[in-house]
Parts: sequence; C-alpha cells; structure tokens
Amino acid sequence: MKIIEKIDKEQMRLDIPVIHTGDTVKVHVKIREGEKERIQVFQGVVIGKRGSGMRASFRVRKVSFGVGVERVFPLHAPTIDKIEIVQRGKVRRSKLYYLRNVKGKAARIKVQQYS
Amino acid sequence: MALGLIGKKIGMTQIFSSDGEIVPVTVIEAGPCVVVQKKDRNRDGYSALQLGYGQIKPEKLTKPLQGHFKKLGGKAFSVLKEFRTDAHEGYQVGDQIDVNIFSRGERVSVSGISKGKGFAGNIKRWGFNRGPMSHGSKFHRVVGSIGSSAWPSRVFKGKRMPGHLGAEKVTVKNLEIVDLRADENIVLVRGAVPGGKNSIVTILKNKG
Repeated sequence: MKIIEKIDKEQMRLDIPVIHTGDTVKVHVKIREGEKERIQVFQGVVIGKRGSGMRASFRVRKVSFGVGVERVFPLHAPTIDKIEIVQRGKVRRSKLYYLRNVKGKAARIKVQQYS
Repeated sequence: MALGLIGKKIGMTQIFSSDGEIVPVTVIEAGPCVVVQKKDRNRDGYSALQLGYGQIKPEKLTKPLQGHFKKLGGKAFSVLKEFRTDAHEGYQVGDQIDVNIFSRGERVSVSGISKGKGFAGNIKRWGFNRGPMSHGSKFHRVVGSIGSSAWPSRVFKGKRMPGHLGAEKVTVKNLEIVDLRADENIVLVRGAVPGGKNSIVTILKNKG
C-alpha cells in the first residue's frame, strides 16, 4: 500500500483551498484549444463533495441563462488553475441536490458568519 | 512469446495524464529478475530465458532446486518462469533484467492467476440471464434446459454449466505502459490486471 500512497501523494496538489459544501466558488479551468491555452472561470455553488485523498472531487452548480449547469471537478486535477472562494455558505446538509428543484428565493444559501 | 518480467501486483489507483484526464492504472512491482538458465535451440529444442523473481534463502528450497541455483552463487528465487525469446543471446546466466526493457507508451500483455470464485452458477460463470424473481415465478437462477429430448438423447459436449470459476491463468493483451519508475522497479499499466493484490504477474513485451 505504501507505493500506491506515494504515487497518490505525488499527484496531489497542496495549493487547493479547503472548500465546503455550500460555498460559492470560482473555478479557473485551463482549456486547451489546439496549441493555445486559456482560462475559463466557472462560478457556482459547491453542491457536493465525494471521495478522499487523490480521488476526491467536487460538484459545482450554476444557473446559466435560466439553465442549470453542473460540473464535477477532480479536486487535484492539473486542469484547475486555481479555486477562489467567493462566499462561505452555511448549510445543514452535505449534498445540496435539492437546489436542482428550487429556484429564486428558495435557492438562496445563508452566508456563513465568522465571529 | 517474447521477453518479459515477473512482478507483483501492488494494486490500482489513478493518475492524471498530461492533458488532465484521469487514467486508471495498475501498479506492478516488476523485477529485477535474474537469468537463471538459458534454453538453447540446439540443446533444448527451443530458445528461452528462465528468469527468477523473489529472492529467498537457498536453504528454504529442496536439494534439486538448490542445485539448479548453484551457478548463481548463493542466490535463489521463489518464482521461476521461462520466456520464449530469440533475444537470449545477449544475456548470460546471472544477468539482471529490470523495468528498463520497457518504455513509456509501449503495449504489453500481462498474465496472472485470476481471483478464485469457487463453484459458480451459470449467471456468474457464463453470463446467463436469470428468471423473474417475483410474480409467482420460482425460476430464479437455475440452469434451465440443457438440451432436447429424443434427439440427440444426450447433452452436447462443452455445454455451459455451473462449476469452478476463476483461479486460472488469464492474459490481458495490449495494455499501455503509462509510467515507469526504474529506481523503484515500478511499472504503471493502464487498466486492470488479473489476480488479487500481491499476486504474481508476468509482463510480456509484444515483440522482440
């Protein structure tokens, strides 16, 4: 097992901030177009996290032109340039899948207040 | 057949490729293997290299095997395997072969002993369909009909029936070598490989 742990550790990124379910994040994704590389920002609410260690991933949802869009990112993916946390959310469950069925006022998330 | 290496399956994990894709890999600790015997076409009828893997104390072995390892001078191995190859000319008894015989991106075949499943029914063993589990049906996972009646009045040979499944040699061909770590004797192969963790596998080069 030590060998596998070592391989996983090499792949892991240490520059990724701690994100929680309910946070609003900006994920800067590197996109390759032929030879050129550009960065696209995907902003939305983290509606779930799964896995641990190198296999961990998180799911971000946003509503774009009235259409719900969800993207799953591997937490340690090299295609992620950086993750910005826009707002910490205060939520009472680990998976916010209910957001898919609500809109408007019901789809708001309380802001986490740090004392 | 071709030159290859004997190794131990460590387990599976995933790594990111250069373009950010997740690649499932099997980690194999391969070699270093030592040439124990050279088989010659003139003397043995075929040319091959016999490789040893997993060093042990010679005292642990039977007298005949101790004699077999005598030429190596104090070394003995728990696993011996022959690789049919014409490339045996370049090697001498006692030479070490390590993962450097492979290169990144190369396609290889990996053989191992698959996990034993015991006495398995037709659904698991041959992929038969099962009957309805409810609505009054009692025909759940049974074999069903195994042939016709008056003709041929017998069951055809090779009829797929329940029996022992697994624990047999399985070869997976054309697996890509994703990464090599020569200093740790580690090969990362794309995809799954037969057998459980810590089982002995052989990696074969496709050519040469």
